[in-house]
Amino acid sequence: MTVTTAAKTPASDVPMLLGNERKWTDYFTFCTDHKVIGIQYLVTAFFFYLVGGSLATVMRTELATPAPDIVTPDVYNGLLTLHGTVMLFLWIVPAGAGLANYLIPLMIGARDMAFPRLNAIAFWMIPPSGLLLIGSFFFEPPTAGWTSYPPLSLTTGMLGEGIWIMSILIGGTASILGGLNFLVTILKMRVPSMSLTDMPLFCWAMIATSLLILISTPVLAGALILLAFDLFAGTAFFNPTGGGNPVVYQHMFWFYSHPAVYIFVLPLFGAISEVVSVHARKPIFGYRAIAYSSIVISFLGLIVWAHHMFTSGTPPWLRMFFMITTMVIAVPTGIKVFGWVATLWRGKIAFTSAMLFAMGFIALFLIGGISGVMLAAVPFDIHVHDTYFVVAHFHYVLFGASVFGVFMAVYHWFPKMTGHMINEFWGRVHFALTFVGMNLTFMPMHELGLMGMNRRIALYDPQFTDLNVLATIGSYIMAVSTIPFLINAAWSWRYGPKAPANPWRALTMEWRTLSPPHIENFEELPVLTTGPYDYGLGYIAEEDPAELYEHAVPAPVAG
Amino acid sequence: MNIPSSIVTLLVGIFVTLASLWYGQNHGLMPVAASAEAELVDGLFNTMMTIGFGLFLLVEGALVVAAVRFRRKEGDMGDGEHLEGNIPLEIVWTAIPAVVVLGISIYSFDIYTRMGGLDLMNHNMAPAEASSSVQVAYAPGEGDMPLMTNAANATAEVPAILVADATAGMGAIPGTAVGSLLSIDVKGLQYAFIFSYPNGIIDGELHIPVSQPVELNLGAQDVLHAFWLPEFRIKQDMIPGQDTRLVFTAIREGTYPVVCAELCGPYHGGMRTQIIVESPEEYQTWVDSRLTAMAAGDRTIANLPKAPADRSELEYLNNFVEPMQLAIAPESLAELQTHHTDYSPADYPHAEHHSLEMGS
Ligand code: HEM
Ligand SMILES: [Cu+2]
Ligand SMILES: [Cu+2]
Repeated sequence: MTVTTAAKTPASDVPMLLGNERKWTDYFTFCTDHKVIGIQYLVTAFFFYLVGGSLATVMRTELATPAPDIVTPDVYNGLLTLHGTVMLFLWIVPAGAGLANYLIPLMIGARDMAFPRLNAIAFWMIPPSGLLLIGSFFFEPPTAGWTSYPPLSLTTGMLGEGIWIMSILIGGTASILGGLNFLVTILKMRVPSMSLTDMPLFCWAMIATSLLILISTPVLAGALILLAFDLFAGTAFFNPTGGGNPVVYQHMFWFYSHPAVYIFVLPLFGAISEVVSVHARKPIFGYRAIAYSSIVISFLGLIVWAHHMFTSGTPPWLRMFFMITTMVIAVPTGIKVFGWVATLWRGKIAFTSAMLFAMGFIALFLIGGISGVMLAAVPFDIHVHDTYFVVAHFHYVLFGASVFGVFMAVYHWFPKMTGHMINEFWGRVHFALTFVGMNLTFMPMHELGLMGMNRRIALYDPQFTDLNVLATIGSYIMAVSTIPFLINAAWSWRYGPKAPANPWRALTMEWRTLSPPHIENFEELPVLTTGPYDYGLGYIAEEDPAELYEHAVPAPVAG
Repeated sequence: MNIPSSIVTLLVGIFVTLASLWYGQNHGLMPVAASAEAELVDGLFNTMMTIGFGLFLLVEGALVVAAVRFRRKEGDMGDGEHLEGNIPLEIVWTAIPAVVVLGISIYSFDIYTRMGGLDLMNHNMAPAEASSSVQVAYAPGEGDMPLMTNAANATAEVPAILVADATAGMGAIPGTAVGSLLSIDVKGLQYAFIFSYPNGIIDGELHIPVSQPVELNLGAQDVLHAFWLPEFRIKQDMIPGQDTRLVFTAIREGTYPVVCAELCGPYHGGMRTQIIVESPEEYQTWVDSRLTAMAAGDRTIANLPKAPADRSELEYLNNFVEPMQLAIAPESLAELQTHHTDYSPADYPHAEHHSLEMGS
């Protein structure tokens, strides 16, 4: 369903500015407008997605045969480490931050974030962090995996490991600054008429995400700084040679990195709650349950970290404690999934690209969730820990939920961000290729892991060849799937039909300003007239006043 | 044709139940179960597959049905019904998963206990007497081969360092004959496992008799490794500076892979060997043959894996000069190697067979 306006600029008229025009050069400056920063984040993150995806494609090519022939095992481990780190710290985290930056002030009727300068500083830390990391590949790639466990990470080369630590410290700082900003903005800058329970669910999800970022990221920073001391100063926090304890690093690392998986996915949990409701034209099912479950997840997410260490030096009582907390976290997560499905039920579902990605998200996240509960069961996890079963599990979550979620969000908010409609046909092609490729790549990995294929290996037992070939074919399909998206997004951004203020007839506030929004977001701060999801009560979203466009020049194309 | 919805619900319910019960038993996703522990884990896995597959069918089914039945008609600009939620329904879908995960937790806990996971519960809290504390992963107490008590364990010929832990004495099922526990030390190093048997045999492969509990004392020399027996469903990290332990009982003769499951360097994928489960007689024959060879002066470590492509045989074998040394880091290894600079390739007569003279 694409609504386009027929409004055209009468060539004879004197151009009148709408107040939403941006020069493309603004996007390359230290700009404090949250909308510019949001797009800067998203585009930068997408660039790194292409980098991480290319690395993955090389890895899958290497894994098409059992022997380490395409790249040496050393290089493979470098690719592996960079793929993991880039995808998490330079793609998913910045993409979530980008969405949050763009949407939060618009959704709550604020003119900008609480700390605009800090916001710009946080963004501008991402490119150096990424360039450092990618640069390391050409000198001495870090090869100890994205988890970088000592003692291995202390033996693989000081330079590469040092750069890796530096890069994550910078990215982590950016993330903390972002989280602080989101939290304060949401709590303090809502229009007066909006209570917490009138907020769009995306804002609830960002409260939960920000809390996690603020509580857990400093612990990662601590762990990495201590690791750097071990590396450069010869201390022995984690180095057993000097009496250090490598398991302590694992605790500190996962104290951040488990909550981190919710940092990766909660913003998209929020985004999908917007999308399913709008494109099915039905109120979100169980607003409060979905809102509060985000907060519950963020609390429980802090006390499950040792489920990544069931086979480390973990005492039995600890294993049992973390098994139970991990199981329990499935409950609030289930509430969300059921809520989304129930929202679709008896709705009026439009198969827009955004909706397709949302349904793909639910379908794939469900699989990742089921395997996640299985992994929580200690006796089973002991078998599959560090195998391809885990690789399958976390890609169903990270790719199936986070990446599908980001694409969903991009299709949904593209008209708002760029002022142009994105082509729906190519969006559907993109969805179909991604969905097929994703399942073909990652579904066989469940079986591989169960049957005995360990992860992080460049050479494997030939008995596993067939399923690996399948996975490699799937990864090529996924690589191809980004092409229609890239071309579509770039083309539509320039030449797509002009987007009205509210193409989806949505009720949340970001749709009550121009597309793209005013530099100051709203000409006049809006007043809340409906709840965010009050479909079916007869509210009709405002049409753009025709005179708005009569004298206007089309907003200059961004980027 | 108008079928009442309660009947449809019932039919769907029956179908989902039958399909998941069938799939839970017939997924064929696990390799053969070669240990008593494996059978327990597989029971748990099958149960979880049954529940998981049922949930999968229900939710994916609902999605597909919604996508077909509730798609928007061309030109329909109306809204769906204004339904903000349904508290009883929400309570149900909170309560059912809660009960299910609680059930799985209890079941897992039970399996874990029966595998012996809680056996030496107090170990880790007990002040370690030796420099490294001992961690217990498993001690099976199942079926007709119940577990020895820890007191028994303490009197068996286990390394002294274990005794401190054994006195902790938690929850083991008594009954196993004293001394029936075959105890083997395993050292992980880049990129091999070295097995030291009680009677001095050192080997690159693991030989064990069937139907007899075996204890592995795991240690690592350089970086983290993990000792994984896929067909036995057990795994435990090997940690430099902290010994860990696995106890299990093989129930099926045969040869199975031993896999390193913790990234330990570029050739991590090549860090594999075999476990050979034999009848007690065959095992004894193997032990005797190795003892005879040792008596005749053969001091080699048999069956070491091949050197990775980018290293010479000598570079690789240097790691094994003193396999049971307590050195834990490359630095100490390098130091060690300087003590042996007088070695020349000629000192490694068996190198091409991937065997190596031990000690010096
Ligand atoms: C583009 C399609 C993708 C493919 C084909 C792919 C493939 C792979 C492969 C083959 C591995 C290595 C498994 C191993 O050797 O252990 C891997 C690891 C990993 N992937 Fe992906 N992946 C993709 C997308 C993603 C995305 C989108 C994310 C996160 C948002 C992600 C996160 C990770 C992480 C964290 C690891 C673990 C790295 C490590 O073990 O240190 N991947 N992926
Ligand atoms: Cu986790
Ligand atoms: Cu390894």
